[in-house]
Amino acid sequence: MVMDHHPEHPDVTAEMWTRIDTILDEHSSVPGSLITALRLCQDTVGYLPPPLLDYIAEGMNLASSQVFGVATFYSLFSLKPKGRNIIKACTGTACYVKGIKEILNHIRNSYSISEGETMPDRRFTLEGVRCLGACGLAPVMVVNEDIHGNVDPKQVKGILEDYQ
Amino acid sequence: MWHTYLISAFKTNPLATRGVCILPTAVVSFLPWQTSLNQKTDKVRLEMEHKDKSMIIDGRALRFTEGETILEVARRNHIDIPTLCHLKGATPTGACRVCVVEVEGARTLMTSCTVPATAGMVVHSESPEVIRSRRMTIELMLTSGRHDDCLVCPSSGDCRLQDLAFRYKVKGATFTPSGVKYPMEAANPFILRDFSKCILCGRCVQACNEVQVNEAIDFGYRGAEAKIVTKGDRALKDSDCVFCGECVQACPVAALVPKNARLVPRMSETRAVKTTCSYCGVGCQMNLHVKNNRVWHVTGCEEVAPNHGSLCVKGRYGFDFIASEHRLTTPLIKENGAFREASWDEALDLTARRFKEIAGAHADAVGVLTSARVTNEENYIAQKFARTVLKTNNIDHCARL
Amino acid sequence: MSKARMQLMLCSGTGCHATGSKRFHEALDAELNRQGLTDEIKIVETGCNGFCAVGPVMLVQPEGIFYQKLTAEDVPELVEEHFLKGRPVPRLFFKEHMSKEKIPHIDDIPFFSNQVYRAMRNKGAIDPEVIDEYIARDGYFGAAKALNEMSSEEIIDEMLTSGLRGRGGAGFPTGLKWKFAHSSKGAEKYVLCNADEGDPGAFMDRSILESDPHVILEGMTIAAKAINATKGYIYCRTEYQLAIRRLEIAIAQAKEYGLLGTNILGSGFDFDIEIYQGAGAFVCGEETALMRSIEGKRGMPRPRPPFPAYKGLWDKPTILNNVESFANVPQIILKGGEWYASIGTEKSKGTKVFALSGDINNIGLVEVPMGLPIRTLIYDIGGGIPNKRKFKAVQLGGPSGGCVPEQHLDTLIDYEEIAKVGAIMGSGGAIVMDDRTCMVDMARFFMDFIQDESCGKCTPCREGTRRILEILERICDGKGEAADLKSLEDLCEVTSNSSLCGLGQTAANPVLSTMRFFMDEYKAHIFEKRCPAKTCQALLKFTVDAEKCKKCGLCFKACPADAIVWKKKEVAFIDTTKCIQCMSCYDKCPFDAID
Repeated sequence: MVMDHHPEHPDVTAEMWTRIDTILDEHSSVPGSLITALRLCQDTVGYLPPPLLDYIAEGMNLASSQVFGVATFYSLFSLKPKGRNIIKACTGTACYVKGIKEILNHIRNSYSISEGETMPDRRFTLEGVRCLGACGLAPVMVVNEDIHGNVDPKQVKGILEDYQ
Repeated sequence: MWHTYLISAFKTNPLATRGVCILPTAVVSFLPWQTSLNQKTDKVRLEMEHKDKSMIIDGRALRFTEGETILEVARRNHIDIPTLCHLKGATPTGACRVCVVEVEGARTLMTSCTVPATAGMVVHSESPEVIRSRRMTIELMLTSGRHDDCLVCPSSGDCRLQDLAFRYKVKGATFTPSGVKYPMEAANPFILRDFSKCILCGRCVQACNEVQVNEAIDFGYRGAEAKIVTKGDRALKDSDCVFCGECVQACPVAALVPKNARLVPRMSETRAVKTTCSYCGVGCQMNLHVKNNRVWHVTGCEEVAPNHGSLCVKGRYGFDFIASEHRLTTPLIKENGAFREASWDEALDLTARRFKEIAGAHADAVGVLTSARVTNEENYIAQKFARTVLKTNNIDHCARL
Repeated sequence: MSKARMQLMLCSGTGCHATGSKRFHEALDAELNRQGLTDEIKIVETGCNGFCAVGPVMLVQPEGIFYQKLTAEDVPELVEEHFLKGRPVPRLFFKEHMSKEKIPHIDDIPFFSNQVYRAMRNKGAIDPEVIDEYIARDGYFGAAKALNEMSSEEIIDEMLTSGLRGRGGAGFPTGLKWKFAHSSKGAEKYVLCNADEGDPGAFMDRSILESDPHVILEGMTIAAKAINATKGYIYCRTEYQLAIRRLEIAIAQAKEYGLLGTNILGSGFDFDIEIYQGAGAFVCGEETALMRSIEGKRGMPRPRPPFPAYKGLWDKPTILNNVESFANVPQIILKGGEWYASIGTEKSKGTKVFALSGDINNIGLVEVPMGLPIRTLIYDIGGGIPNKRKFKAVQLGGPSGGCVPEQHLDTLIDYEEIAKVGAIMGSGGAIVMDDRTCMVDMARFFMDFIQDESCGKCTPCREGTRRILEILERICDGKGEAADLKSLEDLCEVTSNSSLCGLGQTAANPVLSTMRFFMDEYKAHIFEKRCPAKTCQALLKFTVDAEKCKKCGLCFKACPADAIVWKKKEVAFIDTTKCIQCMSCYDKCPFDAID
């Protein structure tokens, strides 16, 4: 079901709406596909602003409250805009034992962002994530798609300088 | 015959009345006969060995039907297992953990509201382990948010958490209260949402989604952040809520109360008067909660057709007219363009005279419009009056469905 | 497949990928091209080899020479010396931690030689993106046998004989689970694979999926036949993109070969598998929550009974097994339950995969026979503790498990034996901790995790874990009181006994376990305001042991706060008023003189 109106939102362009409509069209009749639809829509826009959630609910023929409940349950979904570069610091046990705390401190001090926050210029979003399953490389920091293992706190700044 | 037997049983054995609910159950486990419970259970177990569909709760052999939960069997037999999140008519969620019982052979305590009775099952509803767990659960609820102001709480005396705290003698003093996390919401004319009182039992969500099927609220966020949310976590007035108040009636604490609840007598101070809603033809059964000859709250009558406790926004909140200052208390007669007060006799005489004159002179010049706010019987009389006295079929009603 | 004289099994698992296997691969490719060796020597990108600690790694077959820590710069020498002249390069061999001996052959390296491969039998041996390589190693033979020669009952019997128990951690007999679902009535049934590996410190499932995706498809197909299901889902963490991609390729290939879809292998049996990407919630490892999640809802567990074998996904009979469990199934069917049960202990059969990490030399993935002493796992396979430090405990089972201290290291790997010492088998995370790890802080870490991942549905888990965390934080902060120990005990017991699902019921395990074995540390924190492992910052007070101090001045140079007073040939002194407890000096001192 494609709706005839799109709510206005500065972060969602016309092309994005077209893509969103396609996603909803493909998934609205598949039971249980809300999470998949939310993931694809987030991939399209970068995050899930609440008006978009309402739109998805309508498109999927579900209650808006339910969609909001699902979107806020899973840590994958973000209702706030994210930075151009996403730093994922692994807070799994192995990385914890090997000192991810210090790395987080370094990032916090250097860029004035805490876990879950985005810099005002949207350069970085810092996320403390669950075990990435790369315990052999602890402590691990993933920037966008790049995995950085055995990170020394002193290297952090150097690594991050490559991401603007 | 049956009654006589029951009464004589009570007379001869005063204990027969005690086991039911007069005896505070929290005390039961500390009583001397509790120690012999297992012995007693063994005896009963032997007696029922060859009977299908029997189970033992607190040493009593009880029959059950397939699909009944432990809680249902217990309640049917007047064994008082406390519940909190359990909402009749909705799917049991097992969320609050207040109704846990000890089932012999089970690894952990089980929620009686969700576990179906099985043949030979042996249940202890108030064992020391159960009481320990309930006390901690209640303690945890009492210290989540803010539950230390019963003195000024509108739900005091009508609060399940308060009742449980009393029953299990829990003070909520072990931990530091976690305080207010989400601000109170009052931006609508009907409902006050106080999240610091919410214990996340989920009854409101079930009332909204399973009973009314309005789907305006749901669980949002996760873990300690969990909150009951509307779409986009907006205020109720900006959501799909229609203010039927089903959630308010379902709320066991003071997280959802009528908007003016802090300004009017508490529910527990009022007397319930059962009546029929006069707004439409459905005939919902409702309780008017009255104090000093004034209606302060309206709730749906549970377990009675046709509404089984549900009401709509009009039935539940539309009663301010009863005590309205603008309501007429004496008849008024208009003379020379202005109203003056008159006696009932004078007014009725005038009306009767004018009806006679007008209806006598012109056929169908008079019509009668009755109100939904009067009873069926009164409406019947009105139409009878129209047809036989005024001799007109011009009779109608403001709330024809 | 071309007949190459040499196959280079290059690990491209996440670990080696991060340490530069891709750059090495490109360089190697270019060099082989330049030398015109591409027909003779074939590079095979395999899934995770397991020995992540020394990545990137490569196995040269058929010789079995194992190279470690490869870089692009090593390529010319490697090609020239080994591949052309037949002289392996000792510089790149594995070096034993204790003896410093260089070991060329994979079978002689203790890390590998003590392992028994069943669930991981194809790791590093095949290209996971080529179905023929899987088939060449008896792949889909088990499914063929199950579908064409066996009845559902026979499959279930074989599984029961094998004694395979749920490798997700709880250890419920897999055959029994299938039996219940088989006897459950319903036209539609589901087979689910739990690949939502969430335990911190566990990466077994990811490695299996990345290195041998077909084994999961085959295992699920056999399960489907056993319970008569037509549809399967693999619930995989969305972070495991490589695993998802390989699964997608595997599903497409299996369908093309008629090994999945309608009328599989001409048996008339239909079964289809779909990948469902999780969206990040640890609680979705719990079976009912996982099913809710596939239904597109909040992953909040529901009470059992009814059990999923009767009422699962979409209220239909459903079985859920974890990746490692499914990986064992094809071989059990092919070789028989008795073969599988031939190794292990009385109640725990077969092998178990562990992810060794933390303070241990050979970080990586290992598969060991049940019944092996934990000591062998840590010291022989794991190579012991680095930097000559002392072993303190190994944490098994992640946030639901407990720790095994030194005095119980001879405990055998067996569901019941491990449970006796207060830990659980768990999904296979084994995090080794040396004497510098504070056990109170460790308990706090796990509680922080659980508290964050609790779904918030039931009171004991939502509120109880929050209170436990609060108390642990207080203790670590030096504000603990005597009464806290009693409160902790009460909270832990009620949370374990009254929570709705497995997450809450096991949430207190790390606390209970550390309280059992390391009560002295709790007491030191509370009564002496001291953290024996020097982890809890608020409790740190550093002094220099004059006897141990060698007057080298390293601490002085390391201190960022000018809190150390030192002159040449003099014992250093720490000014506690300036000290910021950053541990720089403590870490730097080579003589353990700072305490």
